[in-house]
Amino acid sequence: MTMQLYPGLNLGEAHGPDHAKSETFVFGFWVFLMSDLVLFGMLFGTYVVMRDATAGGPGPKELFDLGSVALQTAALLLSSLTCGMASLALKYDHVSDAPVPPRSLGRWLALTFFFGAVFLALEIRDFVEMFAAGSPPMRSAWMSSFTALVGLHGLHITVGLIWILVLINQIGMQSLRGVIKQRLMVWALYWHFLDIIWIGIFSVVFLGGLL
Amino acid sequence: MEKHSEHAQYVMGFILALLLTAIPFWVVWTEALAGMRAAAVIGVCAFVQVVVHAHFFLHISTSKQKREDLELILFATLIMVILIGGTIWILSNLHHRMH
Amino acid sequence: MADALFGRLSVDSLAVLHVFEDATINNMVDSGAAGLVIVGSVAAILVLKVFRLWTPLFRDWLFSVDHKRIGVMYMALALVMLARGVIEGVVMRWNQSAALGGGPLDPDHFGQLFSTHGTIMIFFVAMPFIFGLMNFVVPLQIGARDMAFPVLNQISLALTATGAALLMISLVVGEFTTGGWTAYPPYTGAVFSPGVGPDYWIWAILLSGVGSTLTGLNFAVTIYKERAPGMTLMRMPLFCWTALVTSILVVFALPPLTAAAALQALDRYLDFHFFTNDLGGNMMVYANLFWMFGHPEVYILILPAFGVYSEISATFAAKRLYGYETLVGATLCIAVISFMVWVHHFFTMGQSATINAAFGIATLLIAIPTGVKIYDWMATLNLGRIRMTVPIVYMTGFFFLFVIGGLSGIMLANPSIDFQVHNSLFLVGHFHNVIIPGVLFGILAAIHYWFPKVFGFRLHEGLGKLAAVLWIVGFSVTFFPLYGLGLMGMPRRSASFQDPSYEPLMQVAFYGSLIILLALTTVVLTIVVSIVYRRHLATPLGDPWDGRTLEWWTSAPPPPWNFAVRPQVTGVDAFAAAKERGDVYAPLDHYEPITMPAKTSIGFVVLVTTTLLGFAMVWWLWWLAIVALALLVGAIVVGSFYPPTEITIPADDVAREDRKWRESARQDRGVTRDEEISALNHGRAAPDMVAAE
Repeated sequence: MTMQLYPGLNLGEAHGPDHAKSETFVFGFWVFLMSDLVLFGMLFGTYVVMRDATAGGPGPKELFDLGSVALQTAALLLSSLTCGMASLALKYDHVSDAPVPPRSLGRWLALTFFFGAVFLALEIRDFVEMFAAGSPPMRSAWMSSFTALVGLHGLHITVGLIWILVLINQIGMQSLRGVIKQRLMVWALYWHFLDIIWIGIFSVVFLGGLL
Repeated sequence: MEKHSEHAQYVMGFILALLLTAIPFWVVWTEALAGMRAAAVIGVCAFVQVVVHAHFFLHISTSKQKREDLELILFATLIMVILIGGTIWILSNLHHRMH
Repeated sequence: MADALFGRLSVDSLAVLHVFEDATINNMVDSGAAGLVIVGSVAAILVLKVFRLWTPLFRDWLFSVDHKRIGVMYMALALVMLARGVIEGVVMRWNQSAALGGGPLDPDHFGQLFSTHGTIMIFFVAMPFIFGLMNFVVPLQIGARDMAFPVLNQISLALTATGAALLMISLVVGEFTTGGWTAYPPYTGAVFSPGVGPDYWIWAILLSGVGSTLTGLNFAVTIYKERAPGMTLMRMPLFCWTALVTSILVVFALPPLTAAAALQALDRYLDFHFFTNDLGGNMMVYANLFWMFGHPEVYILILPAFGVYSEISATFAAKRLYGYETLVGATLCIAVISFMVWVHHFFTMGQSATINAAFGIATLLIAIPTGVKIYDWMATLNLGRIRMTVPIVYMTGFFFLFVIGGLSGIMLANPSIDFQVHNSLFLVGHFHNVIIPGVLFGILAAIHYWFPKVFGFRLHEGLGKLAAVLWIVGFSVTFFPLYGLGLMGMPRRSASFQDPSYEPLMQVAFYGSLIILLALTTVVLTIVVSIVYRRHLATPLGDPWDGRTLEWWTSAPPPPWNFAVRPQVTGVDAFAAAKERGDVYAPLDHYEPITMPAKTSIGFVVLVTTTLLGFAMVWWLWWLAIVALALLVGAIVVGSFYPPTEITIPADDVAREDRKWRESARQDRGVTRDEEISALNHGRAAPDMVAAE
């Protein structure tokens, strides 16, 4: 195994200076993720405290659609896998002397984008249905905290999708510069991180709420 | 060689994660367990799955390498436990006393 | 249509006009303050124009990514905001000294004063002072060329400035919140405060909070990854240790504040129900979130000040810091415990005695590592040949006053005592008693200590000492009476009172605040006088105090790349060790080209767009908010398509500057420790001459 310099899949010695140069950048992003984790933690705490504050309005049993949540979970998990495949393509399918992006990289990234978009579309549909069923976030503290927590995750996913579109464009337009490799690596960290947050959300919010 | 093993890692992680997702969903869907038992299954599966993701997807390990990231995770976990645990403790206590 | 264009804005929103509608004393103060901001801004623009400073301002400062310049800009921002905060404090003391049965200011105005005073002093004075110091000192102390992420550093400064700008704008357009710096709902919710005040608070806090988080991240990475070869963690100067711990606290403690402010924004803008009285809202969730930030924040501010005291005690006693390992350990202990005490800010909420006892005990525990530190500094000074320079005068004040503040904290940590004095002036006395002698004295000491490194000349010693004494006296006269008033039952944040027995102490406190104003004026005067006499005070060789750490091992001001050759470190107090080993100014024969990040305008773009965004959100100018956000995101995305620009300084240029500095240092006769506050001090210390005599 290559020496692990930073979190996530390491580029390895074959990438020459790009490998060592990534250390600071990826570590910095990792610190950001830990800060973001605390932000999610605060909303988790708020949600748990407000889990019974439905104020006479509809609660989890009336509103949650477990089938849709299962589909979303599957889509996000698949996108995690394809994201990992993209990281492998970045690491192995191309040589540092020839900065031409490997075709497999673009394919895996596109697939990741697709699964992420499926997740987001299903989530938005669920929100719209809940709001239409007479439970907008203004209905109760519980609904407010639900919207804030799940919405923050959805917002992160949205940012991640826009981000990867920009990166796919940059790979297409320009050669695979070192800095773009770094961005791909931290994007992959970000994406896996969001899947971990989702484990918390489906366990605490959806499954916990339907018990 | 290394590519092969890393590829296998991702697939392994995916299968484990799928399994650890299916169990709690199945428990809730079929109502096979209820109450604290179901909650325990959900909690344990979630925790193990987080570890699985961290190990197979994020490649976080306890091996003797540059371990600033691991220190940071452990500290973040400590802070999360203190802050979230404290919040739930304090506010549920308040909640009970308000009734 | 007009609503879509102007949102909530109207001519009525302009505070400067209020006095013309109704010429009360209250409105005179209100409009006068607004007028002062306008006059000040116009004057600043004129000065820039007349002296043709626009180009240098942008080229050398606003577009610079040099950590030293960014540090100076943080300090300048903090100094301006400190002036406003102190004046507000004096106005409040003046009002309360005449508040028996109703003071000259109306309660709404008084409410705005204590809210802006608190918000400014914490977020736009203490934080930027600390970040400014860290920016200047940390990369030099660890022997780095710059921060790990210089451009991000510029953006963080911009976001802090945005928050400060929103506070200044609130003085002119509209009003600030009357809900205190903690902005507790439901009072600050849409039902009870429908105006723009709480929105100014929310956006100032959210935007500057992002900047602070990024600063914390940047320092954590810089200290972890950019240390000079040989500098292990346990060889770092103590200030770097405290900076590292503070950065980590920032990274983990700011998110609760962001969450609290963001959820409050959702309540106010979109009618959510987190903290409202109805539909299941619970304001104590806010208090809980806020103080999970608020308590670590206290240590975010005080730890770097502790770092400063560690540096100056070692330097001015000319001794190695006593108990380096215990100081590091105590710092780490404080960092962890600081996350376990937040409930002591709301002991009276109604939770059980068990919870209060647990958090009370945790609060008491934090006194132990703090006490360890005090003893370490005293042991450092013990048997040293102490020079009573300005930083040591501040430190002496700190020793006595901070210990008193800490002891009143021990009293408050006991829930049953806290119930008696909760929300009284006793508490106001306590936290001013730890923050002013702790944080502010530390910062002022640090300014005197590092000023010659930043600008290449010392600050005037006599005026500096006068200011220090005035601060110590002014602080004592202003805030000790508040303890008494609190015990007598006077609640905090009251625009008026009915009990005549409060009046004498109130008046003493007012006179004390005038001494503080005089002290601040003396600080400004010190800087002005020192600039005038800068030739007399010049220390270009860079080591005026016989320093022990790496930042003194380069010229003053340092070159943009800090060190021509990054020093090799073999122990703590690397520079002191090198001086003992031999000639630290010996010529080097090998130089290499240095690559540095190029100037960029992204920080300025962030400053303008986020200020517009904040202002637009406050006044419901939705179109402007969308435009500003689109510009911000667009600038970042478009910018990411261009490769990061760097400039390479040829080895010859580096060599020329470095040789010149080394040559003049060797020519200089050097000064003994006794002579260091005389004009002989050019920045080369020669303590051995004492032995020679």
